[in-house]
Amino acid sequence: MFSDWTPVIGLEIHAQLNTKSKIFCNDSTTFGKGDNQNISPLSLGMPGALPVVNKMAIENSIKTGLALNSEIRRKSVFSRKNYFYPDLPKGYQISQFDEPICEGGFVDFYIEDEKIRVGITRAHMEEDAGKSTHHGDYSLINLNRAGIPLLEIVSEPDIKSSAHAAEYARTVRQILQYLDVCDGNLEEGSLRCDCNVSVMKNGATEFGTRVEIKNINSFRFVEKAIDYEISRQIEVLESGGEIFQETRLFDSTKNKTYAMRKKEQAHDYRFFPDPDLLPVIISEEWIEKVKSTLPELPMDMAERFQVEYKIPKYDALVLTQEKELAAYFEEVAKSSDNAKSASNWVMVELQRELNDKKLNIESSPVSSDRLAQLIKLIDTKVISGKIAKNVFSIMLVEDKNPDVIIKEQGLVQISDSGAIEKMVDDVIAASPNQVEQYRAGKDKLFGYFVGQIMKASKGQANPEMINKLLKEKLK
Amino acid sequence: MSDLINLTAKEINSGIVGKKFKATEVMQAFLDQISTKDKCLNSFISLNDKAIEQAKIIDDKVASGSDIGILGGVPVAIKDMLCTKGLKTTAGSKMLENFIPPYSATVVNKLEASGAIVIGKCNQDEFAMGSSNETSYFGACKNPWDTDYVPGGSSGGSAVAVSARMAPISIGTDTGGSIRQPASFCGVVGVKPTYGRVSRYGIVAFASSLDQAGPFSRTIEDSTLVLESICGQDKYDSTTSDASVEPWSTGLSDKVGVLKVGLPKEYFEGTLDVDVKRSIDIAKDSLKEMGCEFVEVSIPHTKYSVPIYYIIATSEASSNLARYDGVRFGHRANFDDKPAADLIDFYCRNRGEGFGTEVKRRITLGTFTLSSGYYDAYYKKACQVRNLLKQDFEKSFKSCDIILSPVTTTPAFKIGARISDPIAMYKNDIFTTSTNLAGLPGLSLPVTLSKDKLPIGVQLTAAAFNESKLLQVAHQMEQLISFKEKPSNV
Repeated sequence: MFSDWTPVIGLEIHAQLNTKSKIFCNDSTTFGKGDNQNISPLSLGMPGALPVVNKMAIENSIKTGLALNSEIRRKSVFSRKNYFYPDLPKGYQISQFDEPICEGGFVDFYIEDEKIRVGITRAHMEEDAGKSTHHGDYSLINLNRAGIPLLEIVSEPDIKSSAHAAEYARTVRQILQYLDVCDGNLEEGSLRCDCNVSVMKNGATEFGTRVEIKNINSFRFVEKAIDYEISRQIEVLESGGEIFQETRLFDSTKNKTYAMRKKEQAHDYRFFPDPDLLPVIISEEWIEKVKSTLPELPMDMAERFQVEYKIPKYDALVLTQEKELAAYFEEVAKSSDNAKSASNWVMVELQRELNDKKLNIESSPVSSDRLAQLIKLIDTKVISGKIAKNVFSIMLVEDKNPDVIIKEQGLVQISDSGAIEKMVDDVIAASPNQVEQYRAGKDKLFGYFVGQIMKASKGQANPEMINKLLKEKLK
Repeated sequence: MSDLINLTAKEINSGIVGKKFKATEVMQAFLDQISTKDKCLNSFISLNDKAIEQAKIIDDKVASGSDIGILGGVPVAIKDMLCTKGLKTTAGSKMLENFIPPYSATVVNKLEASGAIVIGKCNQDEFAMGSSNETSYFGACKNPWDTDYVPGGSSGGSAVAVSARMAPISIGTDTGGSIRQPASFCGVVGVKPTYGRVSRYGIVAFASSLDQAGPFSRTIEDSTLVLESICGQDKYDSTTSDASVEPWSTGLSDKVGVLKVGLPKEYFEGTLDVDVKRSIDIAKDSLKEMGCEFVEVSIPHTKYSVPIYYIIATSEASSNLARYDGVRFGHRANFDDKPAADLIDFYCRNRGEGFGTEVKRRITLGTFTLSSGYYDAYYKKACQVRNLLKQDFEKSFKSCDIILSPVTTTPAFKIGARISDPIAMYKNDIFTTSTNLAGLPGLSLPVTLSKDKLPIGVQLTAAAFNESKLLQVAHQMEQLISFKEKPSNV
């Protein structure tokens, strides 16, 4: 794709950990409160205010580390990252430096049929800064975000393409959501993704100069930003130019990245262990306890679905994209006792409706129980698959069980052989020409007769019985 | 009522409970003393204008027969490093000249819960950076024994307030000797508890791994009562210990038995100041009388204690003081006439105007010692030596129960004598900094007067969390030494 050049990509994913209060104080983490409402002396960096670590934030980090196959450090240390910025109240950010809570690990995902593995370097806990907005000759600061717990997940620079990068990020989000440690909302900023991109000549052993791209708020844009950046770097290098180590921002309206600030060697954060916080000591018991509460992860669930429900890998991967969708499918599959049909209904009919209405599975107008009832009605031949689609479209707008709808609309399948025989006889009698042609060998006309009978029965006649009787009578 | 100001905290409390006098009368007596003496001494930066009102509440409680607490009705002077809700807290700096905290330090809350009443906020070296109280933005505080002399620092105002009978007890903070040194210079008791005994919540941070608040008083018993009130684990300070706080005051007179008193040989090398030597001899005599034995111990890393102290303390301070940027609170330069050129200019003008010379010097030092390329050689190395020093003490406490040493190399020096020579000023901390670096409890007990009629104390240091032994020994020495002098003009 890039002929002579190999891209080197690594991602830093900042996940906001689901906690009620901030990482070092009691302030609420609720999103969307008025400006500077979720604050206290600590969030304001006032004299003498001291941080006390939120145990939930540590537990969520352990959980994530275990799911990312990381080593959980038994002792990790909070350090101060010193720099001045108006939305950084203390003049330093409490982060983890040389002793992060999680080290190593990997994430697996599929691209087409190929299993891809991306290495994890580390994951460390830190507090978020506040938010500045600039208005011409003045700026405003909102400190609601200051102190929100984050887990920064740093990948190895072993991602080969923008598509892999986006899929890696999606997979990490999927895992975080399965663990219920992060809501994964990119728009609200509870998941942020910085991409480190460089290019090197094919076969080179040394990486090129790396550029960090920030401000990417969708996975689609991860792909676009990286693609743009790779092309830009190649172009610069091929025309004899030089890549600077810098931070660039992605502009999604122009699909371009542009330089934000040069990240020259000059930035010295003067990291040192925060003397206000003791090292985080994690016991074996704690890790074991967290381990025992780990839910089934998406990759394992997809594999189980293939075995347990005998559904294709593709279906299993689609159904496990979201934990709630997977749970919905399982409920339908179990109650209807027809997994294949459950998978089809959920993936096709239900997903189409949810996508159209931009709903998530939790607000599906049709409950898993009702969808299972509908499938059962097909399987017991009360209605045909075709009628079922009509019933389903009514279920989407009316809060009723499928059998009620069938009764009200008189949609019960006609399986009375006498009634069907009469319809067959009537159609045959009314179509002498077609009968003659059919008997002369024009087999295709069979469909015509079926259609006529369906029409006469308003689609309610049992199709199998129609076929059987027609074949007998047309002999 | 002028006698009231000469009473101890314990006497004041029992007098109020016994209805001999009222809390309001006590408070008024101390306020009167402040108004006559403090114009010259300059030990208070601000006074609590609700002090009489709060004393009235104590009197009402006494009248209705309710419990008023072990420090009920006792005025307490608070170093301006400790946040007091609704009462200006300056840290001795222009940076916080008008800062009124919306919360109180845990220490203040605990004192108030024991019935004590904040009388005012004490002068100090700016951000506790100094050993003479001369770096205060609010002017030097003076030694009541001789106003040409410094009271010591950084908690100079707190020591002077107690020494000059402007408060029976006060609170200081000790990062490298800032309670013990001014206590010695002013002839009062000053105690620095074990690191982790007292919550640092709401105390303006200088060097977080060294800072510890503690009491000044005229008797060991009063300091003990204050310690019982302020010590203990605090959910707002992760570095506080869960070690239990025993009722130390009830065991002060218990027989100490045959104790081994350690004399670190490194502290007594070279020639000691004659007055300092005499103070040690007096202390040794009292210990002998108590039946104690003396053993020589060794703290080989003593010679590094001042350098590593100044590396660790300034490194932490450079980070702790980053929050004073003029964005949310604190001093902001006047940008109306000359707008800020950029963000850097904004910070430089706010901080450049808000901080004094000594604070800037230490921020600069600390920024340097933490910077990339120097971190390993300075900060990291200093932390390693700190561990060795700690081990020296642990080893010493295997062969002794308590360590006796001078507090400083000399008695108080004259105002202006060392302010332009930071190294001479820093060296003054040779005997006190190692206690903070090792996190140990220590105190200064007044012993005698120098030839210049200035007080001198001796330092006792105990193993971590052994306040019990420390206070017992000091109390019994106090009875035998019987230092009854007081500044002539108070």
